[in-house]
Amino acid sequence: METFDKTASVPLVEMRNMRLSFGGIHAVDDVSIDLYPGEVVGVLGHNGAGKSCLMKMLSGAYQRNAGEIYINGKLADISNPRDARNYHIETIYQTLALADNLDAASNLFLGREMVNRSGLLDDAYMEAETRKIMGRLNPNFQRFSTPVSSLSGGQRQSVAISRAVYFNAKILIMDEPTAALGVEETKMVADLIHELKAQGLGIFLIDHDIHQVKALCDRAAVMKNGRLVGVVKVDEVSEDDLLGMIILGKNPKDEEAA
Amino acid sequence: MADNAGTRDLPKRMSRSIFDVMEIDTRLLGMIGAFIVICVVFDVWTGGRFLTPRNLFNLTIQTVSVAIMATGMVFVIVTRHIDLSVGSLLATCSAVMAVIQTIIMPKWIGVEFGNPIIAPVAILAGLAVGAIIGAFHGWLVGYLTIPAFIVTLGGLFVWRNVAWHLTDGQTQGPLDPYFKMLGGIDGTLGETGSWLLGVVAILFTIYLMISARRNKISHSFPVKPIWAEFAIGAIFVAAILGFVWTLNSYDVPVGRIKRLFEARGEVLPEGYSEGYGVPYSVIILIIVATVMTVVAQRTRLGRYIFATGGNPEAAALSGINTRLLTVKIFAIIGVLCALSAVVASARLNFHSNDIGTLDELRVIAAAVIGGTALSGGVGTIYGAILGALIMQSLQSGMAMVGVDAPYQNIVVGVVLVIAVYVDIVYRKRTGD
Repeated sequence: METFDKTASVPLVEMRNMRLSFGGIHAVDDVSIDLYPGEVVGVLGHNGAGKSCLMKMLSGAYQRNAGEIYINGKLADISNPRDARNYHIETIYQTLALADNLDAASNLFLGREMVNRSGLLDDAYMEAETRKIMGRLNPNFQRFSTPVSSLSGGQRQSVAISRAVYFNAKILIMDEPTAALGVEETKMVADLIHELKAQGLGIFLIDHDIHQVKALCDRAAVMKNGRLVGVVKVDEVSEDDLLGMIILGKNPKDEEAA
Repeated sequence: MADNAGTRDLPKRMSRSIFDVMEIDTRLLGMIGAFIVICVVFDVWTGGRFLTPRNLFNLTIQTVSVAIMATGMVFVIVTRHIDLSVGSLLATCSAVMAVIQTIIMPKWIGVEFGNPIIAPVAILAGLAVGAIIGAFHGWLVGYLTIPAFIVTLGGLFVWRNVAWHLTDGQTQGPLDPYFKMLGGIDGTLGETGSWLLGVVAILFTIYLMISARRNKISHSFPVKPIWAEFAIGAIFVAAILGFVWTLNSYDVPVGRIKRLFEARGEVLPEGYSEGYGVPYSVIILIIVATVMTVVAQRTRLGRYIFATGGNPEAAALSGINTRLLTVKIFAIIGVLCALSAVVASARLNFHSNDIGTLDELRVIAAAVIGGTALSGGVGTIYGAILGALIMQSLQSGMAMVGVDAPYQNIVVGVVLVIAVYVDIVYRKRTGD
C-alpha cells in the first residue's frame, strides 16, 4: 500500500454517503468526498448549497443523519467537536468562533487549557506559547493581554488560525478564511496554506472566490442544493467550467461523455 | 494594519497613568470611592454614628448573606442567565435546616437539643438540598432549554411555598446554639484570633504577589516596577489590619462578659474589656470569595463560564459541554443559597416564612452594581461583594438617618439604575 501515487494511497479523510436534514429540508443529500495528505480540496457552491453543513459534520458541530466518516481508512466516530479534535481535525470557522471577552491565549487554548501541578490554569505558560506561535504566523501581533474584541479583523483571524495550527492538526477545515481580509493578509493565509500542505496536512477550503480556488486547491468539489455536482482537478477545468458547475449544476465530465 | 505600530509602543507611552503602572482596576477604585463617599456622607449626617466600630461590625454581618449569593449570581449572569429564585431557595434550605434542628433531630431521632452533632447534620443537609435544587434548575435550563428567567421565576413561587409547607407556616426556633454561632455576633474569633487571621491573610497575600511576579519573570513577561508592588502590598496590609482593628474595637458589652465569666465560675477583673473580632460568618464569606475568585480566574470551569458568556457558540465549538456547564453553575448558586440560609437564619436565631424575601433582587442588584454585565461575559467576584456592601451601607445609613422604608427602597432603586448607567459610560470611555 505504501506508494507515492496519491490515488492509490489511503485517503486521510473519506466521507461516504453523508446526509443531514433539518425538518424535512435536505441540507446535505448523499454526498461522498475524500481528502489525501498534502492535498487542498476546495468546497464550492452557492450560499445554502450545503458546503458548510458538510464540513460541520466532519468538525463535529453537526451530527449527521446518515453516512460514515473514515480517517486514515478507519471508521471514525465523530459526534461532537471534542471527538473531531481527538482525530486532529481542526476548523477555522467563518465566524472565527472566538470568545470576544477573552484574550488571545485564552482563545487559543479554549477547551484545551494547560494546567499546572495543582490543577490550576497556567496562564503564563499559555501566553508564552501564544507568543511563540504568533511570532511565527503574525510577527506584528503584540496585543496579548487585551480581549480579542478590541483586535482588528486580521489580528482576530490570526488568533483563529493559530488555534487550528498549534495543536498539530492533520486535517484542517477552513471556512472562507479570507472573506474579511485585506490583500496583504490574504497573501499571508495563502502562504500558510502552501506551508501546511508541504507539511502533509490535508485541507478542506470552503471558498466563493474561484480565482483563489484555482490558485490554492488541487481538486474542487462543487455542491448545489445539498447534492454533490462533481469533484474535478482544478488544472483540468477552466474557471467557466467551475462557474457552470456552481450555477447550473453541470459536470463538465458528463458533457464530454454526452 | 496601521494600528500595530501604535500598540507596540503602548507600554512606553508617557501618558500611562499611575493606575496603569500599578495594574489597578479603575472600576474597583470607583466602587471603593463610592463606598467611602457613602460612609463619609452618612457619618456627617448622623453626627459620627455611622463610622463607629459597632455600626461597621453590624454592616459587615448584614452584608454577608447577600454577598455570598451575589458571588454565585456573577457566574449565572456572566453566562447570560438569571436566577430569580435565590430568595425562595434560601427559604427552602433554611426551612430544611430549621426543621432538622427543632423537630427531626430532637423529636424523631432523639438527639437532645444542644448536641454538637445537630449543627453539622443540619448544614450538610441544607447544602445538599441547595445543590440538588440548583442542579435541577440548571438541568431545566441547559438540557430542556427552558429560559432561566422562566425556570427561576417558577422557582421563586415554588420554593417559597415549599418552605412554608415544610414548616406548616410556623416560625421554627430557637435554633441550635452551635448553629447560631454562624450568624454573626454570637460567634466571633475574639481579638487574638482575629489578629492571627489578619497575619495569615497578609502572609498569604504577600506569597501570592511574589509567586505571581516570579511566574511572570520566568516567562520573561514585563512586570510592574518594584515600587508599585510595594505600594500595592502596603495597601493590602493596611486594609487587612484596618479591617481586623475595626472589628476588634467593637467591645462585647460588660454584662455579657460578666455572664461568661460567671458561667466559668470566675470573677470579672476590674476594667477588663474584650472586642468581638471577626465573626465566623465573615470568615465564611472570605472563604467563599477566595474560592469563587480562584474558580473564576484560575480554573477550567471559570474559563469555560466566561467563554460561554462571551460567545456560547464558540464555546460549544471548542468542545465545551455548555449544557453540563449550566447545571454546574446553577448547582453552585444553589449551594451558596444554602450557605446564605445558614448565615441568615443563624443571625435571626429562627427560621421564619419571610426569610430571604426580595433577596433575589438585592443579589442581582449587588452583582450588577459590582460591574457584572447582563449581556454576559463580564463580571468579577470582588465587584459583586463590594456591590452588596454598597447596597447594605446605603440602606442601613438611611435607616440610621431616619428615612422611612419606602423611601429607602426608592433610593436603592435609583442608585441601581444610575450605577448601571455610570458603568455603561465607563465602558464606552475605556472601550472594553
